[in-house]
Amino acid sequence: MKIGVFICHCGNNISAAVGVELVARHALRLPGVVCAHTIHHACSEPGQLLIQKCIREKGLNRVVIGACSPRVHEATFQRVLVQAGLNPYLLELANLREQCSWVHEDREAATRKAIDLIDMAVGKVARLQPLLSSKVDVNKRTLVIGGGIAGIQAALDVADSGHEVVLVERTPTIGGNMARMDKVFPTLDCSACILTPKMVELATHPNITLHTYSEVEQVSGFVGNFKVQIRKKARLVDMEKCTGCGACTLKCPIKAPAEFNLGLDKRGAVYIPFPQAVPHIPVIDKSICTYVLKKKCGLCQKICPTDAIAFEQQDEVLEEEFGAIIVATGYELMDWTVYGEYGHGKYKDVITSLQYERILSASGPTGGHIRRPSDGKEPEVIAIIACVGSRDAAHGRPYCSSVCCMYSAKYAMLTREHLPNSRVYIFYMDIRAYSKMYEEFVQRAQEKYGANYVRGRVSKVFERNGRLVLQGADTLLGQPVELEADLVVLAVGITGTASTIALAKKLNISHDEYGFLTESHPKLRPVESSTPGIFIAGACQSPKDIPLTVAQASSAASKVLGLISHDKLETSPLVAEVNIRRCVGCFRCLDVCPFSAIEEQVLRDGSKVARVNPALCQGCGLCSAICPPAAIALSGFTDDQLISQMEGLCSQNPV
Amino acid sequence: MQPEPRIIGFLCHWCSYAGADMAGTSRMKQPASVRIVRLPCTGRINPLLPLKALMDGADGVLISGCHPGDCHYREGNLYARRKLELLHRFLPFVGIEPKRLRYVWVSASEGARWQTIVEEFTQQVRELNQTLEGYPSEGGKASFSNEDNVSSSEDKSF
Amino acid sequence: MSKLGYFPGCSLEHSALEYDQSSRYVCRKLGIELVELPDWSCCGAHAAHHTQHKLACALSARNLSIATTLGLGSVVAPCPACYSGLKFAQTALKNDPQLKEKFKNELKLDCNAEGKVFSLVELLSQLAPETLKAQVKVDLGELKVVAYYGCLLVRPPKLVQFDDPENPSSMDDLLTAAGVQMLPWDYKVQCCGAVLAVSNPDIQLKLSGDILQMAKLAGAEAVAVACPLCHANLDLRQAQINKYCGSKFKLPILYFTQVMGLAFGASPKELGIDKHMVAAGPLLSKAGINQA
Repeated sequence: MKIGVFICHCGNNISAAVGVELVARHALRLPGVVCAHTIHHACSEPGQLLIQKCIREKGLNRVVIGACSPRVHEATFQRVLVQAGLNPYLLELANLREQCSWVHEDREAATRKAIDLIDMAVGKVARLQPLLSSKVDVNKRTLVIGGGIAGIQAALDVADSGHEVVLVERTPTIGGNMARMDKVFPTLDCSACILTPKMVELATHPNITLHTYSEVEQVSGFVGNFKVQIRKKARLVDMEKCTGCGACTLKCPIKAPAEFNLGLDKRGAVYIPFPQAVPHIPVIDKSICTYVLKKKCGLCQKICPTDAIAFEQQDEVLEEEFGAIIVATGYELMDWTVYGEYGHGKYKDVITSLQYERILSASGPTGGHIRRPSDGKEPEVIAIIACVGSRDAAHGRPYCSSVCCMYSAKYAMLTREHLPNSRVYIFYMDIRAYSKMYEEFVQRAQEKYGANYVRGRVSKVFERNGRLVLQGADTLLGQPVELEADLVVLAVGITGTASTIALAKKLNISHDEYGFLTESHPKLRPVESSTPGIFIAGACQSPKDIPLTVAQASSAASKVLGLISHDKLETSPLVAEVNIRRCVGCFRCLDVCPFSAIEEQVLRDGSKVARVNPALCQGCGLCSAICPPAAIALSGFTDDQLISQMEGLCSQNPV
Repeated sequence: MQPEPRIIGFLCHWCSYAGADMAGTSRMKQPASVRIVRLPCTGRINPLLPLKALMDGADGVLISGCHPGDCHYREGNLYARRKLELLHRFLPFVGIEPKRLRYVWVSASEGARWQTIVEEFTQQVRELNQTLEGYPSEGGKASFSNEDNVSSSEDKSF
Repeated sequence: MSKLGYFPGCSLEHSALEYDQSSRYVCRKLGIELVELPDWSCCGAHAAHHTQHKLACALSARNLSIATTLGLGSVVAPCPACYSGLKFAQTALKNDPQLKEKFKNELKLDCNAEGKVFSLVELLSQLAPETLKAQVKVDLGELKVVAYYGCLLVRPPKLVQFDDPENPSSMDDLLTAAGVQMLPWDYKVQCCGAVLAVSNPDIQLKLSGDILQMAKLAGAEAVAVACPLCHANLDLRQAQINKYCGSKFKLPILYFTQVMGLAFGASPKELGIDKHMVAAGPLLSKAGINQA
């Protein structure tokens, strides 16, 4: 056994709190250790070369590196071993940075802990065995979940490279929140003009299959080989026969608030969400249709010229296989009615930013004329309150929504263009206009469009003599202010969605407390989820604007292409293995395995033992922990490796 | 002055180990008491591992996995809970205070929670060690009466 | 309901005597036994809070410890400032065992950290509406009233959790149960100017004037309050408000306990309504209440 120990200074990230030289000297005394060095940056080229040189010259056959978390550089150092001709699994990392030097102030205690961690790593590395990975085929199909601008962009990018894509969208149409918007900053081009061509391109793309009004039900498998169940909810309209003439939607006698217009107007029980919807085919809302509920009416069926209404239609569950998955499920506005100071939602003329987008939009409920919801009058004074549900720890939203500053300025411009005699006030905390042409955009709103920016929070909105009164503070003047307005637009903060959280659980990827999906590394792996083969794009990861969303979607697509450009994929050899001489065939492992990776194997003498399918095994170790005769070992985490690791600590430093 | 207790942590790679890393990247200071063993999943834990750690002289064992429903392997954390619940009840029979074992759930974004748990558990183990002073034990743990131990199973944060 | 410690506070001894009278009357009618804490001391009000947190805490802890000594689990304070002080101290002692221990050892103050501190509105809100309705003897259905909670009764939200801090409804519910027509309005928790009446009267007169203005716009004939300071600013200074704002308000300001007392059949004199600066006489006659 020839173990080499390398202790990284990490600049001074580690050496500031840990006496690295002392740790290295200590390591030399450990059994089997033949050399111990400190390195300024083990991950840098000189660092890597030093490790390789030692491996070659000293004939090392095990390596311990005390550096950062294995979550950061394990793969880097495994490559170093490979280049030096060693099996990459003969490496053990001791986490001296994230879990030692960065969290301890007492140098002596931190050094003592570092020594313990090295003891443990040396203890474990001595028991490691070389492992060989096997190869599996890579399915070249990609699943994109979510049909907003992020999902559309990602699907098109992958499909344009000649690979097959399936896009699943929960609602009856693709387009997402961007389809609701009127014009978009900083160029004020019309959102529909740039989005709808992409929607059509997606629907007609030869490499893309689109499932709208569908949800991902179940996901199993692993990178390169995911198995996904997709539930196509019954639309009650035959998509083959329907021509999208819309006759049924005009005649339906039932009315309900229209989701697409955020409740500003009504739709029928059979409806097409908006005129440019893709597919342009109606859907029947089963929760309110009187024919579905009580077999009464059926008017739509009678008038449909192509006999496309299909009340008998049932949900359909598809089983599909994919190599990679892109999650692009977008965002929601947070529930602003928790704000009692803005009336808990009791004033009709206090509306959200997305509702205002619909009012501004030519295809919206007011035909693009700005009219307030309560009485349909043109407002003279419009007040916009920024940061409602953003940067507000008191309401559990400490983060910035990143787009409100910009669209508030946009609203000022659009409002003044629609109603030149109106006055627009924007109550803000700070203006964050950080991207290309953004600061100029805000300046233009102030200088060319006369938007009145008031720096301060609005503490109360109430009704007086038929107008809304805003009370607040102008913190630049240092004075309380009161403003009478006809329409109040709340720039409501962005949040992750409950359905994204539910999906994350199905996909086994992590999310934060606000429902945003967590990327693998905030800087270096921004579109990869915690699970290999699953990528994230757009506002489901964090609040972001359209340019950034599109960039991230293309980035996720390029990651997918990188993955599916391989025909075979190396699987992790950190899987379970059965020692058939010990196995008694009780098959308790088969019961606990979450991935059905355990199979029965009949030996020549007719006895049955367990066998692990390495392609299915994910390496959780449940079987190994439950096996009564300890016949199953999880490579890299076997009992004797773990015990040896613990003994490295306990035996050498008795209490 | 007592030396800092030595605690072995068994953390799952996907949630809790990342959470402990998160505490590190956020520079959340904590007592230098916990030595972490990384595992793929808390479901990998054979109860003999924490038991051996305690028998071999660790002052405490802190086990942390993903929150229920967040397990990377679907339900490994739930299997772990059952086993550790039993282990917890078993400890008194071998003369180990059950308070030396704690099982918690920490997600990848809960660095602050990890910090708090390390502080609390270290303090708890420190106090247990203090009560040992004056006992003529040789590295082993003082045995408590059964009644004391059975009732203390609520102190874990399930 | 059972026996509670009663902390009247300084205002209810003097300027707001009628709040004390009417509170005791309403509680008696509803079967709540109030035991005035013997030898209670000042809650510290703003002065103590602004000087030192621990001092403010200790002053209220003294009163809480009197209740503990008498074996009274809960304490009720009609005045929101007293309530806030007591609640603050009680919460601090509950969350900080060290402070509790310190008070116990050094100041000999032993408080029951599990006891509850109620404001009078909160306490009465816990009764079933039927209990209140059973006591109603006089129909006040003609009376149009707005409930004014003031800034402190339902705030800060983390400390006081019995009602919505922006749009409270507990007092409205109480008076609705007493048969009064409660009107919706938006100034329930606006500031009346509080002690600025002394240092910066212009601001207080404007703020209090706004409240009366909004009450008038809502169609109110009277304002129900639960705070001695709000009462002073809106009632005692109503003439000054009129002078400052050029208005002609003659809006009676009644403690909510007085309104409840009227419904329960007490005479205005019994409830101290005759002590107010803005005469409630015309209003009461209109509502058909005998003022003898």
